[in-house]
Amino acid sequence: MATFSTNQFKGGLKIIIDGDPYNIVENEFVKPGKGQAFNRVKMRNLKTNRVVERTFKSGDTVEAADVFNLDLQFLYHDGEFWHFMEPNSFEQYQAGEAAVGESAKWIKAQDMCSITLWNGTPLQVDAPNFVILTVTETDPGVRGDTSGGGGKPATLETGAVVRVPLFIEEGETLKVDTRKGEYVSRASES
Amino acid sequence: MSAENWRPGASWPTLERRARLRGDLRAFMAERGVLEVDTPLISSAAPSERGLHTFVVESAGHLVPSPEHALKRLLAAGSGPIYQLGPVFRAGEAGRWHNPEFCMLEWYRPEATVTDIIDETEALMGAVTGLTCAPRRRYRDVFEAVTGLDPITSNTPQLAAWAIHQDLAPHTVEDRSDRAFWLDLIMSLAVQPSLGRDAPICVTGFPAEDAVLVETRANDPRIAERFECFWQGVELANGAQELTDVALARERMDREHRLRAKANAPETPRDDRLLAAMDAGLPRCAGVALGVDRLLALTCGFDALAPVLAFDWMRR
Repeated sequence: MATFSTNQFKGGLKIIIDGDPYNIVENEFVKPGKGQAFNRVKMRNLKTNRVVERTFKSGDTVEAADVFNLDLQFLYHDGEFWHFMEPNSFEQYQAGEAAVGESAKWIKAQDMCSITLWNGTPLQVDAPNFVILTVTETDPGVRGDTSGGGGKPATLETGAVVRVPLFIEEGETLKVDTRKGEYVSRASES
Repeated sequence: MSAENWRPGASWPTLERRARLRGDLRAFMAERGVLEVDTPLISSAAPSERGLHTFVVESAGHLVPSPEHALKRLLAAGSGPIYQLGPVFRAGEAGRWHNPEFCMLEWYRPEATVTDIIDETEALMGAVTGLTCAPRRRYRDVFEAVTGLDPITSNTPQLAAWAIHQDLAPHTVEDRSDRAFWLDLIMSLAVQPSLGRDAPICVTGFPAEDAVLVETRANDPRIAERFECFWQGVELANGAQELTDVALARERMDREHRLRAKANAPETPRDDRLLAAMDAGLPRCAGVALGVDRLLALTCGFDALAPVLAFDWMRR
């Protein structure tokens, strides 16, 4: 079992606390003028995404979390799980709703996603930063208006709704920034 | 070793301020008749205090975590008031406000009481920061103001219960009887951050639990004649009425070695030359150790040590 001592603690280190995987956000070494040293640690629970603060005695060791990232291809959603595949080994993984979260509304079959795995189970699914999606529903375009000012809502093939310029028509493919949830351009222009 | 980080982490103006601060500290000491001395940075022995861990230099000894022992040997040999300004080393102490190698000013004044040396510390803070220190307060009062608990009379389970209730306690700690541990925890995580917000402040009368080479109060042995100076929640200096009783010193050093063994901390050779010097007669004296890098960082408005060090621990 791999372990880390508190003196190896730093932002980004993945550890196991009470059976859950955590990512260290911030580590503060605290020591009184005379006496014993502590580490006050802010860390994010990778299953629930909640940030908690914990104190450790300096020198204590904790179990390392076997957490790593893989680029996996999205296959399909069966109503309960999102299924992904490693394109070289064809190994498949299924991710639950907690892991997929907001990414669900951006990804479509064959998109490559960055997946955080812990003990072979997906903890977090990150959609690509930019995706290309087709508009399935929006109010009719306003011809000649290329200013983009104002805008209107458009529903995309994955069900996501983004604000788009008035000239966008149903059936067009758009480039969307998934981190901001914003329209970037027509796919053909990028 | 990485080839990155070859450049200094401190700016030129900061390094100039650093040089000026060292000059100011030397001038302050010279004006007050305190003699600068240099003692070895490698010692064949090491302090017994269980909270101090040294770097071992192969076949040579230990890098000193403070020049205290050597300075006390000079005092016992009749030196008069002395100071040392230079690097000291503490294994395992790395963080925003800790660099395992740091610059310390440590001075001792024979015949001084702890009150005299607090006066001198406040004068020094005033001279280098231009600020008047806040009125000094008792450890007991600053602790009680935050926790509602009297650190001297509360029993250890009460202290532990408060820390656990505040979610400050390590979840791995089962032992609720180690009083020094709970006091250290509460002081450093809950009390200290609020100290010295506007100007440096000296806090007096620390509990005797951590006292090793420090006098305890004649009429109340629960209290050590020790003080610390804080500024913006950071400990800057730490001073005391020094223990002169050699039998008591030996007893407490042995206690610390037993606690080290119990905590699986590295064993260190007891400093028998210090004990011999105390046996010959350490004059009644008071002394202070001051973290120069921290003082510089706070006067420059930084919230970490790295920007005042030419090369911090990550760039060494």
